Amino acid sequence: MSSYQAAFKVWRGDAGGGGLRDFQVEVNDGEVVLDIIHRLQATQAPDLAVRWNCKAGKCGSCSAEINGRPRLLCMTRMSVFDRAETITVTPLRAFPVVRDLVTDVSFNYAKAREVPAFVPPKGLAPGEYRMGQRDVERSQEFRKCIECFLCQDTCHVVRDHEENKTAFAGPRFLMRVAELDMHPLDAAQEAGIDRKRTAQEEHGLGYCNITKCCTEVCPEGIKITDNALIPLKERVVDRQYDPLVWLGNKIRRRPEA
Amino acid sequence: MAQVERQQWDVVVVGAGGAGLRAAIEARERGARTAVICKSLFGKAHTVMAEGGIAASMANANPHDSWQIHFRDTMRGGKFLNQWRMAELHAREAPDRVWELETWGALFDRTADGRISQRNFGGHEYPRLAHVGDRTGLELIRTLQQKTVSLQQEDFRATGEYESRLKIFQECTVTRVLKDEAGRVSGVFCYERETGRFFVLDAPAVVLATGGIGKSFKVTSNSWEYTGDGHALALLAGAPLVNMEFVQFHPTGMVWPPSVKGILVTESVRGDGGVLRNSDGKRFMFDYVPDVFKEKYAQTEEEGDRWYEDPDNNRRPPELLPRDEVARAINSEVKAGRGSPHGGVFLDVSTRMPAEVIKRRLPSMYHQFKELADVDITAEAMEVGPTCHYVMGGVAVDSDTAATVGVPGLFAAGEVAGGMHGSNRLGGNSLSDLLVFGRRAGLHAAEYATGAGRPAMSPAAVDAAVAEALAPFAAAEAPASEGPAENPYTLHQELQRTMHDLVGIIRRAGEMSEALERIAELRERARRAGVEGHRQFNPGWHLALDLRNMLLVSECVALAALERTESRGGHTREDHPSMDRAWRSVNLLCRAVDDGVVLERTRTDPIRPDLLALFEKEELVKYLAEEELYE
Repeated sequence: MSSYQAAFKVWRGDAGGGGLRDFQVEVNDGEVVLDIIHRLQATQAPDLAVRWNCKAGKCGSCSAEINGRPRLLCMTRMSVFDRAETITVTPLRAFPVVRDLVTDVSFNYAKAREVPAFVPPKGLAPGEYRMGQRDVERSQEFRKCIECFLCQDTCHVVRDHEENKTAFAGPRFLMRVAELDMHPLDAAQEAGIDRKRTAQEEHGLGYCNITKCCTEVCPEGIKITDNALIPLKERVVDRQYDPLVWLGNKIRRRPEA
Repeated sequence: MAQVERQQWDVVVVGAGGAGLRAAIEARERGARTAVICKSLFGKAHTVMAEGGIAASMANANPHDSWQIHFRDTMRGGKFLNQWRMAELHAREAPDRVWELETWGALFDRTADGRISQRNFGGHEYPRLAHVGDRTGLELIRTLQQKTVSLQQEDFRATGEYESRLKIFQECTVTRVLKDEAGRVSGVFCYERETGRFFVLDAPAVVLATGGIGKSFKVTSNSWEYTGDGHALALLAGAPLVNMEFVQFHPTGMVWPPSVKGILVTESVRGDGGVLRNSDGKRFMFDYVPDVFKEKYAQTEEEGDRWYEDPDNNRRPPELLPRDEVARAINSEVKAGRGSPHGGVFLDVSTRMPAEVIKRRLPSMYHQFKELADVDITAEAMEVGPTCHYVMGGVAVDSDTAATVGVPGLFAAGEVAGGMHGSNRLGGNSLSDLLVFGRRAGLHAAEYATGAGRPAMSPAAVDAAVAEALAPFAAAEAPASEGPAENPYTLHQELQRTMHDLVGIIRRAGEMSEALERIAELRERARRAGVEGHRQFNPGWHLALDLRNMLLVSECVALAALERTESRGGHTREDHPSMDRAWRSVNLLCRAVDDGVVLERTRTDPIRPDLLALFEKEELVKYLAEEELYE
C-alpha cells in the first residue's frame, strides 16, 4: 500500500464569510475524498463541518464541489487526481452556506412540497395493482434519484440566478413531475390535477433549455434531460397545440356532479 | 431552569427511517399531532442502504407461500429465540404493509402478469422479497417520505400550514427522554445540529426508531448515524434491552480497498445465482451445512444449480443458508488459509449470468464495485468478507403494542427494538419489520397519547440535560490537574477496535472480559472528551455526545455475550461451540444502573401450540428442551 501527502484547499467559514484554507494530508490507496475530509477532522480540524451519511453513494448527503465540479465526496476516488495536484473542496454554490462544506438545502424540500403526490386510482384495492415491467421502467429510472441535489446545484437557471428560484423547481423536481406523469396508475387527471400544465406553469419547465448539465453530474447516471425533461416538454407541447387534446380537456374538466 | 424553547406535540418519533416514518404516518392518520426528529436530512436515513427487498408472503412468485411458512422460516432463522408473537404478527401483516406502499406510489419490479415480483433470499423457503433492483431501501424511504409530504399537503389545504400536524425536525439529535415524577414519558431533550441550539418537545408518547449500533465496530456496513442512540435513550429512561449479545455479521461486505471495507454486498447476489468460492476455486459452503438444516439444502452443486429453475423438485444451494452460518463459514475458510488476496473469499456472478442480466438485476453492485474498487463484476469475482450489519437485540417491547417495559409512554420499533428476529435475522425481514412494527408503534403511541394528558416536565432534568450536553466544551478547558482532554475521534476508534477484536464474530470468555475492562476505561476517559470551537455544526461535539451511547451499548453487548455460554445465531463462542437447548428459553435483559449495566435472566413465553404445530416434531427436538415439548 502506498501513501502520499496531498495538498488540499478546503473552504471554511459560515454565512458571514470565509475562505479557502490550506492543508497537507495523508492519502492511502483506494481512498475517496470523503476519507480525506474525515482525516482532516480527526487530526487537524475537529470542527470541520461536512454532511455525510452512508459513504456508499446511496444516500446523497455528501454533495460538494471538487475543483469546481459538483460531486459526491464519497464516490470521488483520490486516484482520479494527479498526486501533485492541489484539490479544492468547496460547498455547493447554488445554496446558502451554513458552515464550511454544509449548505442550506431547504429550497429543495420546499419545492418537493409543491408537487402534488401520487393519486391512487379509485376502485383498486391494495394488492390489486397490475402494471407491466416495461410500463414501470420509465418512472423507475427517475426513482433511482438519491436526492443529492447536484443537478439542482449545477443547473444554470438557478446556479447564478437567485431570482429564478421562486419560479423554477429545478431538474430534480421537474423529473418528479415526469415520474408521476409516466406512472401507469397515477389518477391525477381524474382528481383534476394536470401534471403537464403545472410542469410548465407552476414548476418552470420552460426555463430549461436542455443543456444537459444536470445529466452530466448525476451520480446515478439518470438521463434527466433526455428521458424526463424533453419528453415532459413534448407532452406539454402536444397538450398545448393538439386541438383534440384541447377539446378532450374541455370535456373532461367539467365539474363532476 | 435553563431557558430552552419548548413545543407541545402528541407523539414524538425519534428517527426517520422506515420504522420512524411509518410510525409517524400512522400516528398522524390516527389524529395525533406528530413530530419526527432525525439526525440527517429527511430522506437520508440508513434504510436507504437496504438493497435486497421486503419479505412478505404475497405468493406472487410461488403460490404455495403463506404467512405460516414465513413465520416458520423466521423462527428457524432466529434459532427459535424469537419473541414468537412478533414473528407471527410480522408474517401475517407484511403483505398488507407492502401492498399499501403501492397505493402511496411505490414502483416495485413486476412479475410477467403485472404483480409485484418476489426474489429468493437466504433462509426463505419461497421467493418472497418484493424488490426494486437492488435499491429496495431507497424505494421504501422515498415512498414513505413522499407519503409524509402528501399528508403535509393535506394539512396545508386544511390549515394553511404544512407542518401543523406532522413536522420533521431534520438534523436534530435527542440526548434524553424526559419523564415526570410518576415515571411517565413527558418529552425529549434535543439539540439542533446546525446551530447547536437546545430545545424540548413536550409529548406524552415517544417512539424510538433510531436503528442500530454498528458504529461501535470497526468493520461495519452501517452509517455514522448507527450509534445506538435509541438503545441508550431507553436504558437511561429505565427500560431494559433484550438479547444484546446477538449481533449480525453480514457474510458479504467489501474487503478492499481499505476505505470501503465493510460496505454491503447484497445477499441478492447469492439469491440470484452468485456462488462463494475459496482460493482453491471450491464452493466451500457445501461443507458447512449444520445438522439442523441438513435436509433442507442441496448436497451437490448440480442439485443446487437446478433449484433456481425447478425449486419444487430440488433443494436450495447452501450459499443461501441464514447469514450467521455463511459468515462463520467464510471466517473459517479465511482462517484456514484459503482466503482471497485481501482476506475475504470470492463471490462470483460473472460465470453464472450474462453481463446484461447482472447489470439489470444488480445495478448498484455493478456500479459500487466499478466505482470504488475498479472491479467489473460481470467479468471477475468480487472479494467479500463478514461485516457488522445488524443488531437483533434491542429495547424489550410488548409484541402487540411496541410499548417498552416499565416506562409508560415509551415505544420502540424497527432495529432498535429487540425480540422479533431472535438470535439471527433473515435477509428481507428487516424492511418488513420496520413497516409492521412501525405502524403498530405509531398506532399505539397515538392511542396512548389520547388518554395520557400532559405529564409535567421536570425542570431539574432539563438543566441536567443541558449540563450533560455542554460537558465536552468544559472538558476542553478543564485544569490540567484533572487529566488531559481526550480526542473523541481517538476514543471512538479505540472502542471500534475493542469491539471488533474482542467481541466480534467469534467470541472467547477471556477476550470479552478484557473488552469489559477496556470499555470501563474508555468510559472514564470519555468523561474528559473535549471539543474545540462552538456549537454550530460541530462534528467533534456531536461525536463526543454519541460516545456515551456507543459505550453504554457496547457494554451491554459484551456483558450479555460473556454470560451466554452457548453458540446460537449471531452469537458464536469458540469456548462453547454448540447450541444448548437449555438456553433457548432464556432472555438476557440489560438495565442501566448508576455505574454501568446489570444483567437479569428471564424466561421466554411458551410458544402457542397452534404455532408449534407448524413444525415437525423431529425439528422441534433440535431446538426445544424436553419440558417445553410436552408443556
